[in-house]
Amino acid sequence: MEEFAALLDTLVYTTSRNRKLAMIAEYLRETPDPDRGWALAALTGELDFPAVKSSTIRNLMKDRVDPVLWTLSRDFVGDTAETASLLWPEPEARDGEVPSVAQVVDQLSALNRNTAPKELPKVLDRLDANGRFALIKLATGGMRIGISARLAKTAFAQAFDVSVEEVEEYWHALEAPYPELFAWGADGGDPPDVSNRPRFRPFMLAHPLEDTEVDLGEYAAEWKWDGIRVQLVRVAGETRLYSRSGDDISATFPELLDVLPMDAVLDGELLVRGASQGGEEGGAASFNALQQRLGRKTVSKKILKEAPAFVRLYDALLIEGDDIREQPWSKRRAALEALMAKLPDSHFDISAVVEADDFKHLAEIREGAREDAIEGLMLKRRDSPYIAGRKVGLWYKWKHDPLLIDAVLMYAQRGSGKRSSFYSDYTFGCWDGDPDGGAELLPVGKAYSGFTDAELKKLDRLVRQTTLNRFGPVREVERTLVFEVAFDSVHTSKRHKSGLAMRFPRIHRIRWDKPVHEADRIESLRALIRD
Amino acid sequence: MSAPFSWIRPEPWGVQIVPADCWIDPGKAVDRALVTHGHADHARGGHGETYATPETLAIMALRYRTGVADESGEIPTKAIPVEYGQTIRLPGEVDATYIPAGHVLGSAQILLEHAGERVVITGDYKRRADPTCAPFQVVPCDIFITEATFGLPVFTHPPIEEEMAKLTKALADNPDKSVLVGAYALGKAQRVIAELRAAGHSEPIYLHGAMEKMCRLYEEHGVPLGELRLVSDHGKDDMRGSIIVAPPSALNDRWSRRLPEPITAMASGWMRVRGRARQRGVELPLVISDHADWCELTQTIDEVDPQEVWVTHGREEALLRWCELGQRKARALALVGREDEDE
Ligand SMILES: [Zn+2]
Ligand SMILES: [Zn+2]
Repeated sequence: MEEFAALLDTLVYTTSRNRKLAMIAEYLRETPDPDRGWALAALTGELDFPAVKSSTIRNLMKDRVDPVLWTLSRDFVGDTAETASLLWPEPEARDGEVPSVAQVVDQLSALNRNTAPKELPKVLDRLDANGRFALIKLATGGMRIGISARLAKTAFAQAFDVSVEEVEEYWHALEAPYPELFAWGADGGDPPDVSNRPRFRPFMLAHPLEDTEVDLGEYAAEWKWDGIRVQLVRVAGETRLYSRSGDDISATFPELLDVLPMDAVLDGELLVRGASQGGEEGGAASFNALQQRLGRKTVSKKILKEAPAFVRLYDALLIEGDDIREQPWSKRRAALEALMAKLPDSHFDISAVVEADDFKHLAEIREGAREDAIEGLMLKRRDSPYIAGRKVGLWYKWKHDPLLIDAVLMYAQRGSGKRSSFYSDYTFGCWDGDPDGGAELLPVGKAYSGFTDAELKKLDRLVRQTTLNRFGPVREVERTLVFEVAFDSVHTSKRHKSGLAMRFPRIHRIRWDKPVHEADRIESLRALIRD
Repeated sequence: MSAPFSWIRPEPWGVQIVPADCWIDPGKAVDRALVTHGHADHARGGHGETYATPETLAIMALRYRTGVADESGEIPTKAIPVEYGQTIRLPGEVDATYIPAGHVLGSAQILLEHAGERVVITGDYKRRADPTCAPFQVVPCDIFITEATFGLPVFTHPPIEEEMAKLTKALADNPDKSVLVGAYALGKAQRVIAELRAAGHSEPIYLHGAMEKMCRLYEEHGVPLGELRLVSDHGKDDMRGSIIVAPPSALNDRWSRRLPEPITAMASGWMRVRGRARQRGVELPLVISDHADWCELTQTIDEVDPQEVWVTHGREEALLRWCELGQRKARALALVGREDEDE
């Protein structure tokens, strides 16, 4: 437990992704089974002990610390687990050995609501403050230390020099503490047999279509939808839903878990019902509506009714036990079309192939599709197999050109990690009326990418030289600089004062030359809203 | 005969000793001031007369020009040294005795006696051993006026050896980088350096320019700090594998760009709380404080065992609550301008 607590502690303070990876990898290499497997599950939020809740901890503390001192401390520290770990009375002597992660997991799993208040203190008494923090975080779930499943998998791959794609393939099919995964990765054993378990297959991805044209005889075109890419997997009657990073998001979309009538692995876009994508009938709502549903661990009936999810299918990898990934796209497409008849249209439809006479015609169709808030087009080689990752020449994404506005730099904030000494996060605004008639700037978005290191240095200098006010890490600056900001779309938002929210804003060009009163007005941004 | 203790009066900007027409650690310029130590929330320039330990006066001369002649050769502010253990008689039959507080070089508690009543004002203090200053002494009194910077039970400062071990390990693990330690320029910086030397670290330590004079002052007062070099005199490669000490405000400043891949550390009692460390972008938090932690505060009150506790500054609510639970009489003075954010 000491090593795990130390790892957790360093991860809390480390901002660099590379350093985080290196630390997790080192831990995985040096820690024996099954501790490292449990630790991995804990870091990625896959452990759950229903008998221990945050309230269990608070109740334990009530018996040990004056309630006023507890509240004052909790308010100052800001985190219940941390406050409890600091305030837990140190025992006279720490008897017994420090438990291993596996022992802790065993003990926690054996607890129920009645035994927890008696048994948990015994474990806490055997740990120091850092150990107690790790234990409480592990027991109550929600580490919240910025370790995604993807980062953990990459760390595993790095630790044992195996491919991250393979780690992804096995990971979700196995259960903590993943003995088969370590036997393969760390000890050079056979790859785990995961044939009978639902598991994630890494997605086939596309390259952006730069200035190339493709022959539509060789390539088929499909719409690219503005939802989230998912993989729906059913094996031996059990269905799982995976996000693009391979995270299991089944619990967030329970309505999709009992609607696939046969074992299969399908690739598609997760959307919620609404009118704005693909017309009224069976249409999809905006990305905004989908976003309301992401990240929830439990889903209310109300939400299920108001924003039901469905999958717009792109591709099939396996159908009824047949792995068709080696087959050309045209055959897989035909198999998918044939499959559609067996799928309930309440939860599935198919992303239509876009027919065009030639590339120029396709470009026109793509231009005209802006209205439908479609992200763009996908171009898929008709003879391409389904291959994990991004292979040149097989699939292209042909996104819409970004939308552009001119906005004025208003605030700047220090970045993190390598950029922590630079003001590298910029808030920009547009005019709420005629700038020559006394209009004000209203913040409309924030960007922290799209400039070179040299430009960053120059921007940093400008921020320091034109600071008007300081609010903690944020500086308000004189309105002197115009950014040409690129973004994918803009939506209404109640959370922002401007009433709108941009998707993926980034600095397109720095307009050192442009006077600020020539920046755009907020009306022009509003005219681009697609909800 | 006037009411008990009416001769000592707390105001928002300092504690007044009424019959002596004199103030302790006043936040504005007065005719006569007794100063506990050199930190800016206790000491300032411009007093007519300043009574303090010789070390504190030296610090005040450096920082606030106390007792230093101006261009015309006049000394506008008079500095009167008081040694530890020495008692001075103030007007109005008030006796003041300076007693070590263990906070920083020259820091003192002040014992005030008048009409048979005894009041101790601690200034800032700690109970842990510190190679750079004389240790705190417990002095029995009727009213104990204490600080409470770390007056919350979550604050327990670990033994400094543990924190030093973390620092030297980070250095050993990263021979091609450097470790940048943020430390308060008066007291903390010199203590960290002295503790590093005590732990056997004999390599040169690099300093931010703002640290240089204070380090020299410490050495002149008998606190050896080993070989110190200025960052500004050296290139990146010289500093690889070295410790660099800078004021906390320089940690994420442009200044740090000249350092070789610094790992950001900070020596402060606040580092006990993860959120505080993350807020400042600290990768290596070192829980090192020159203030008493919760245990020291409460233990000291028990040992001094006064009739009444007055709390000058810090997280006074919790300390008052503790006094209430132990049926001790206590009150908060809520002095303004006393917060050691960079402690
Ligand atoms: Zn102080
Ligand atoms: Zn102070």
